[in-house]
Amino acid sequence: MPNYLLTRIGESLLAIWGVVTIVFVVTRVLGDPAVLLLPIGSPAAALAELRSQLGLDQPILTQYVHFLGQAVRGDFGNSYQYMRPAMSVVLERMPATLMLAGSAIIIGIVLGGIAGLLAAIKRNTFVEYIVMFLALIGQATPMFWLGIVMIMFFAVNLGWLPTGGYGSFSNLVLPAMTLGTFVAASVTRLFRSSILDVLREEHVRTARAKGLRPKTIYVWHIGRNALIPVVTMVAILTAELLGGSAVAETVFSWPGVGRLIVQSIETQDFPVVQAAVCLVTTIFVFINLLVDIGYSLLDPRIRSHGGGHE
Amino acid sequence: MSTLLDISDLTVRFETRRGFVHAVNGVSYTLEKGKTLGIVGESGSGKSVHFLAALGLLPPTVKREITGRVLFDGKDLLTLSDEELSDIRGRDIGVVFQDPMSALNPVLTVGRQLREVLMRHQPLSKAQAEARAIELLDLVGIPEPQRRVRQYPHQFSGGMRQRVMIAIAISCQPKLLIADEATTALDVTVQAQIVDLIRDLSAKMDMSVIWITHDLGVLAGIADQVQVMYGGRVMERGPVDAIFDNPRNAYTRGLLNSVPSLDENAEKRLYQIPGSPPDLSKPPVGDPFAPRNPDATERCFAEMPPLRAVEGSPGHVVAAWYELPPYAEGSR
Repeated sequence: MPNYLLTRIGESLLAIWGVVTIVFVVTRVLGDPAVLLLPIGSPAAALAELRSQLGLDQPILTQYVHFLGQAVRGDFGNSYQYMRPAMSVVLERMPATLMLAGSAIIIGIVLGGIAGLLAAIKRNTFVEYIVMFLALIGQATPMFWLGIVMIMFFAVNLGWLPTGGYGSFSNLVLPAMTLGTFVAASVTRLFRSSILDVLREEHVRTARAKGLRPKTIYVWHIGRNALIPVVTMVAILTAELLGGSAVAETVFSWPGVGRLIVQSIETQDFPVVQAAVCLVTTIFVFINLLVDIGYSLLDPRIRSHGGGHE
Repeated sequence: MSTLLDISDLTVRFETRRGFVHAVNGVSYTLEKGKTLGIVGESGSGKSVHFLAALGLLPPTVKREITGRVLFDGKDLLTLSDEELSDIRGRDIGVVFQDPMSALNPVLTVGRQLREVLMRHQPLSKAQAEARAIELLDLVGIPEPQRRVRQYPHQFSGGMRQRVMIAIAISCQPKLLIADEATTALDVTVQAQIVDLIRDLSAKMDMSVIWITHDLGVLAGIADQVQVMYGGRVMERGPVDAIFDNPRNAYTRGLLNSVPSLDENAEKRLYQIPGSPPDLSKPPVGDPFAPRNPDATERCFAEMPPLRAVEGSPGHVVAAWYELPPYAEGSR
């Protein structure tokens, strides 16, 4: 177990280092920040001074080591647009993203869990067909379209909810429903098929041969085994949503990290893009690490990596 | 001697897209308390399906029609609700399945899988059930049961896993143990250990056993009676010696001839029954084995033979219109 954990942590650090390196290379390829920062037509001397200020006149390896050192501390320089440390600009947007992602995941798990279980229990009936049809539509509908339709229906036609913005609960409902629909549809489909797979497994027949009650069988023998793939998928979706859902956040003018990244790319605010990409990557990798640990709690076969066999 | 199990005219049909599959066609037999009945037959003979149907263990997704009567301890299992049946399963009837790799839940400890059956049927606390689980593991010959009880199935070898399955099956001291191909997935040496274990346990606990297998050889040492099934029907039944020394059904004879023998020339090809099992979605009107039987008569194709007593062989019944020549090993 400790070995497994150490290996996974090592792999995670490697992944983050890889992304940070890619970010460094890409920003150096993209062009000269000094040209961007100074007004067009500035004298060459001013450009050279700024370059030496930013350390851009040093050998590329020195710059890279310097960049790594700053990245570890979360220092990506000042935002060109906000004139404040880029990382703090990104972090300010995190609560909004967290709130939206959290709501969407909760909606998705509750709705998807119930729908998936229902479809599996009522298999080969009308109920299953309807649930699965809705789930298919929910998963296949593009999010920007669903978001716009939601705005049209609930905000414009019915006038129940605001079209966008941030601050109160009523602002949260539409974006959370939009994202939650997608999560719920994915959870429904995977949970149902996972339950049906486990139902066919022989150990479920053993459980019935032991005379166990249907509830015990569903919770401990089917549910627990069927959850393993669902946990993975939900965690990966969570990680993606924590990186900000650029589409939903843009459609609903939700001030989250996803929208910030899109805006910063448009305005060529590279420190913010770098900070956001590195932060989002770290969150993603960290959640994946948590998934693997959680996985090993659910499935003892992973814990020992097939070892301990006699 | 009292009767524990009395099955009469048990029929199981599955409804599939391509029509009905006649898996079990009028099976009747009885089992006395403390006795061991060996049921032998190839895949599709109905040997497993008939007991799964009786215990309500067929896959819930399959549409089926079950008729007949299965008296267990005086109660007709086919008339019980699933709730009532589940009280009997695991308590009065234990089942050991073929593949211990997949028959145990991979994500629960062995101890937990033992405890849950104990606590379902007996008023035990968790600690008492744990202690009993350790006793049971010890009883089935698993070394270091205190340590093993906390382990998961993947940490056991195939033979040890099957011992765990047996421990689960006998945990509530059932009146009947059904071993469904319990040794098929195991190494030959381990097979012998499992056979011995179940024989010893059944003697110790005065437990009836139904031993289902496709391997006649396994039954020689353990069964009191042997029943041969084919195409969802009972073809022959009798005391173990009568079946081995004097088979009266051509299918039984074919099975006996396909058992490899140590004193035979190793160069000789093992006997194989020609043809393939019947298509149970189109059940034959006559004897299902007739198309593969060189001794079949015209009547065999036209009419299913009923079970009749074999003259001079008490307790021995056979379904055959024909009379086979006296059996000598190697004859066909």
